[in-house]
Amino acid sequence: MKSENKFAFSRRSFLKTSALASGGMLIGFNLFTSCATTAEPPVDLSLLDFNDFNAFIKIADNGIVTIFAPNPEIGQGVKTSMPMLIAEELDVAWKDVYVQQGALDKDHFTRQVAGGSQSIRQAWEPLRQTGATARMMLIMAAANRWGVKPEECTTKEGVISNAKGETLSYGDVVLDAAKLEVPENITLKSPKDFTIIGSDAPNVDIDEIITGKPLFGLDYRQKGMAFVSVLRPPAFGQELVDFDDSKAKQVTGVTNIIQFGNKVAVLANNTWAAIKGKKALTANWKEGTKAESTTDHDNILLGLLDGSKFETLRADGDVKKAFEDADEVLERTYESPFLPHNCMEPMNFYADVNPERIKLAGPIQTPARTASRVAKLLKRDEKDITLEMTRMGGGFGRRLYGGFALEAAEVSNLAKQPVQVVFSREDDMANGKYRPAIKYRISASIKDGKITGYHLKEAAINSNMYGLIPNFFPAGAIENYQVDVAKYNSNITTGAWRAPYTNFLAFAEQSFFDELADLLKVDRIQMRLDLLKKVDKTADERIQYSADRLEGVINMAIEKSNWGNTKDGVYQGFSTYYCHNTHVAEVADIEMKDGKPLVKKVTCVIDCGIVVNPLGAKNQVMGGVIDGIGHAMYGELTFKDGVPQSDNYLNYRLIRMDETPEVEVHFIENELAPTGLGEPSLPPAAAAVANAIYAATGKRITKQPFVKNM
Amino acid sequence: MINGSQHTIEADDDTPLLWVLRDQIELVGTKFGCGIGQCGACTVHIDGKAAKSCISLISTLEGKTITTIEGLSEHGTHPVQEAWKTIDVPQCGYCQSGQIMAASSFLEENSNPSKDEIREAMHGNICRCASYNSIEKAVEVAAKNIS
Repeated sequence: MKSENKFAFSRRSFLKTSALASGGMLIGFNLFTSCATTAEPPVDLSLLDFNDFNAFIKIADNGIVTIFAPNPEIGQGVKTSMPMLIAEELDVAWKDVYVQQGALDKDHFTRQVAGGSQSIRQAWEPLRQTGATARMMLIMAAANRWGVKPEECTTKEGVISNAKGETLSYGDVVLDAAKLEVPENITLKSPKDFTIIGSDAPNVDIDEIITGKPLFGLDYRQKGMAFVSVLRPPAFGQELVDFDDSKAKQVTGVTNIIQFGNKVAVLANNTWAAIKGKKALTANWKEGTKAESTTDHDNILLGLLDGSKFETLRADGDVKKAFEDADEVLERTYESPFLPHNCMEPMNFYADVNPERIKLAGPIQTPARTASRVAKLLKRDEKDITLEMTRMGGGFGRRLYGGFALEAAEVSNLAKQPVQVVFSREDDMANGKYRPAIKYRISASIKDGKITGYHLKEAAINSNMYGLIPNFFPAGAIENYQVDVAKYNSNITTGAWRAPYTNFLAFAEQSFFDELADLLKVDRIQMRLDLLKKVDKTADERIQYSADRLEGVINMAIEKSNWGNTKDGVYQGFSTYYCHNTHVAEVADIEMKDGKPLVKKVTCVIDCGIVVNPLGAKNQVMGGVIDGIGHAMYGELTFKDGVPQSDNYLNYRLIRMDETPEVEVHFIENELAPTGLGEPSLPPAAAAVANAIYAATGKRITKQPFVKNM
Repeated sequence: MINGSQHTIEADDDTPLLWVLRDQIELVGTKFGCGIGQCGACTVHIDGKAAKSCISLISTLEGKTITTIEGLSEHGTHPVQEAWKTIDVPQCGYCQSGQIMAASSFLEENSNPSKDEIREAMHGNICRCASYNSIEKAVEVAAKNIS
């Protein structure tokens, strides 16, 4: 395989070893040192001890291998798959590996983040190098003991053998290995020799999950800890005037009530008392900034699309002229609502702030940023802060924003006791970092039966598409191409929601392509394939999708879905998308019942390069597809005078089992470096379903949620 | 009676079983999801039947037998737990103890369910990661192992 060695690194700054006081060897690694702006200082080996590294291999002298998973686990499976990369090159049996979650270590990592479907992609090279280097040092130690050359030794599942047939286990030589210089020029395995990568590995926490062991943030307990429920402004834009806590104080179990900023914290010796105490508070609020409603947002965003105040993110050729010269123009507007994340585990965090140190613990996708923010908030040195990452009951982007951890730190600081802030479901839904409402207007110009121009306009609340998104397909495929964006700044808080922007953009574009093909009277899928033929990847480095790989997934989706050859009463819709470095094509099969679509099956073909853990990968893809369909069909959070109009699952609908299709997953087999899987299967799903609904009913859906707009 | 041992609980009458389990007895396997009986994360067995512990008030439970995920089997070897492991159901895993408790109660009543019966029976349990295909398969596997 051709190694995409973007992560060239200095071995010296990358790996560190030490003998453990308790026996055994540590090999620590600085993940992504090469990506950091500052170079690491040379390592002082004498300073290393167990506490120095949070992400490393620990080989005990009895040969037991512990691998620390560096990144936050939100259900995307990196606690299993990242250690697999190390174990593969270390050459140990996966069944002999113990995985532990690493804690935050800002000195030695630059990307302890769960986001952007980047964990595996960015760790692919460094983590395998770590395992391979450790293996080489163990071999060198054994070779020294035998008086043979390292090249004469081989390893298998933690045992080193020499040409004479003598063997030593890793545990036998681990202390010697720890004293060796870190070797250079380690060769990594060829993919054909992989024994762990590419094999199914069950979730490393499976036993704990199925027996209900404490794993998650809400399960975190410490002596003397108060449970905290926080009263926050009921509407966006409101400020606290005053409050009456006389009734709250009478609730059994309530121990303290503290105002901080615009909020009031109720501390109690159990969660229920804290929740009840909060409900017993009465408060007066005043308008700080203007209260906004969904009808305002709709008008404002449509006004932006009709207007002329745009920022242009990409412009090829002359779109204006293409539209002036056109025989025909197709223009459509697509509309999406706000969406809450609705992680099943409501937001929560533990903090113990005292004069000596600050201990934080809980579910967070951005531990490093959160620790920095707490330090700044409390005017403390970051060195005083430790942060323990728990398993997360879902993330989907919501736990990138650690406001709940700041609340915990602030309350603990004021109360002078350890606290756990717990959101109720209502708190969680009403205090979100929502997927912002976005509207797209897409137009295409047609001349002599050909697509000559493509103009994509985005109007969004608070922020616009970023990064390489304007360069995704069909950028590069149409000569005159332009992406314009505009935004409206609202006081409603928004943020990244699984596959930001593309989660709706893919729906808009892939719905539009179907309609465009119909107008041109060409085959819907063939039109996309023809456009892909025009993409010259080498001409424009901003275009990182591969036309060949998209073509690959499209062709396999046609084959695997039995495209065009369905039973009577089954209607199919197609969609394809590239995002998060991964190429996907999906076909939805639907049936109509009482005028309503039943999504029976989705065939998803995905090219994410080498599949590290097929079992976990399949779960990610199935989940992403159903998540995409569920939110497109039912998801919507509206506002009236700043107040979210849904607060729990009686008035907010999430997809349930009896509404879910069977998802059939196919991976393209190749030996390319792996790319992300947490997000890419979601964006194409909605358009596949909408295109199938069109096939069944002749009605185009341009607005989500489908149930309200079809 | 909780997981085979007698407990005397001191709590206000309106305290939901969920919080008694989690905060008093420190059985945290039963999860908080919505607090209104709509998501199923808090599912336990009360006298052998699946129930939402977040809306089961402690005052109504005197003399009842309660089983939580921690008490479903001694070593995590209940057929439903085994099936969950075989299929490798969880993604984030948070809702899964509730899913397992709902499935195990359902299979007590119907050990040979159809696909549609499974999908119907599990309607009350949300999985936000949408591991529904795997849950469905695991319930089928468990049913086979039970019968």
